[in-house]
Formats: sequence, C-alpha cells, structure tokens
Amino acid sequence: MHLIINGDPRDGIEATSVEELLLELGLDPRAVVVELNRDIVRRPALAATQVADGDVLEIVHFVGGG
Amino acid sequence: MLTIAGHDFSSRLLVGTGKYRTHAEMVAAIEASGAEVVTVAVRRVSLDRSDDAGILHHLPPSRYFLLSNTAGCYTADEAIRYARLAREAGFNDFVKLEVIGDQATLLPDTAGLLEATKVLAGEGFKVLAYTNDDLITALRLEDAGAVAVMPLASPIGSGLGLLNPYFIRTIKARLGVPIIVDAGVGTASDACLVMEQGVDGILMNTALAEAQDPVRMAHAMKLGVEAGRAAYLAGRMPRREVAIPSSPTTGMLD
Repeated sequence: MHLIINGDPRDGIEATSVEELLLELGLDPRAVVVELNRDIVRRPALAATQVADGDVLEIVHFVGGG
Repeated sequence: MLTIAGHDFSSRLLVGTGKYRTHAEMVAAIEASGAEVVTVAVRRVSLDRSDDAGILHHLPPSRYFLLSNTAGCYTADEAIRYARLAREAGFNDFVKLEVIGDQATLLPDTAGLLEATKVLAGEGFKVLAYTNDDLITALRLEDAGAVAVMPLASPIGSGLGLLNPYFIRTIKARLGVPIIVDAGVGTASDACLVMEQGVDGILMNTALAEAQDPVRMAHAMKLGVEAGRAAYLAGRMPRREVAIPSSPTTGMLD
C-alpha cells in the first residue's frame, strides 16, 4: 500500500488500521496524534480507523518550544 | 498563586522548553525556575528514528502543566489545526495561541489571532493569546474569549527587555483576564521590571536556554519575578525631581 506520511511517500505498508500503522512505524500510539486526510483520528478510534491506498497522514508529537 | 480560567498555578513564572543544549540542562533549568507551566510545540515525528525530539519523557505531565503552543503558524486556520492536534494529545484544553504575521520580527498577525481565538474559544479551548503591546487588540482578545492575554515585552528571542512599560500597565489596568507578559526578557532585572508593572506572570524561553548557565539564570529569574511581584504589591515611593535627605536635618553640630 502507498501512503503519504508526514509529507513523504511510503510504499509497502502492510497495516490496515491507523494503530497497526503506528506500530509498523515503530511509534507508540499513546505518544503521538494522527491526522488522516486532514481529520484528527481520536485516540479511541485508532484501532478501528482503516487506512487506504493513497491516504495522507500526519503524525505529530510534542517537542521543545517556547 | 496565579489563576487562569479557574486553574491555580503555583508559580507566576512560565517557561518554554526550546533551544536548550541538552534535555538534562532543560530539566534542571525548569526545576531551578520553579515553573509549573511549561510550553511545548507540536511537530511531525521523525519517521527514520534518527532524531527522537519527543519531549514528554523528560517532562512528566504529573509534575508539569504542559501548555502547547501554535508557534510557527502564520494563519488562523493553521493555528487552529495545531491547537486541535495538541488537545488530542489529551493533557488539557489550554493553548498558547500564536499567529505570526512577519518572519523578521515574529510580531503577531492580530486579525488572524482574533479570528483563531474566537473559533477556539467556541470549541472550548482555554486560549492564552500571544499578542503585541496594543491595548485595543488586547481588549478585543478578551471579548473574543481569551482566558489570558500575553503581550510581548519585546520581540520573541530578542532579549531586549521591557520596551513599553506604560502599555503593559495600561493593558493590565483595563483587562479583567490575567496578563502574562510573553517574550523579550533577557535577564533577571527585565523580569523584575515586568512584574513591577503589576502583571500576573511572565513566560520566557530564550533568556534561560541561551544564558551561559541556564540553571543559574533560571534561579535568578525566579528571584526576579518574586522581587518584582513583591515590589508591585508593596507600592513604590513616588518619583521626585528633587532630593530629600534621609537623615535628620536637625541636631547638627554648630
């Protein structure tokens, strides 16, 4: 499957849900927030939300800032 | 005690978490500052794992109140998007709202700021709005639902100190919500002078992170904030254009 994640094209994704995708990317679902095609995926919905070919995702977290 | 939107905070000094040389130095500086509120930014995770910039494991949310910002946003829509993402992280519904209007000065786009404040306040966010030292904008932000207004002392990261004490005093006198001066202090005397204007608190980042010794400067800032607040409450003597002796003028020798 082909996805755009944080602005970069990614091929060969096997995950079918957002939660599986985060785990496949080595990310802790509790430590990030995900936007799928510009809509925020609520935490409780991470497992039930499907990803499809061509989806655009943003995965963010907190970093140092003023 | 500082109270914002019904939430009590132990310190009037709020600090940022950017630009420190190491995470350990940041944590030590925050500790020395006595701050409870610490600001954080929302950014993309690094997917190649080369740069683990995530900050949460250094800042236990049980100990610090994480105030997310919308730094780097140049439109209301962008700032709203960042605020919503930050809220989904699940810590609180406070946001330090920045809508920047100019890259060179990082001065706020006040029209965009007002628009974003209205939208986010309508969605239940507790908006702390970073703005310039303009009274009318500050009044409009309060009307738009901001729970605190954050006028600058001077531009972000400049360290120029408090450029316009009169405007800061005026904003404090005219608004009902807490006034937190955000940006521009460079050293402890700046923090003291800001607090002497009667404002409710100060937020700073660069003054600590770029000090030669951030931990020592954080301690100095803590004292500066406390001194300024105490001096404000004490009420300063009037300024006079003439000298008045402090010792008795009677009982002098012939």
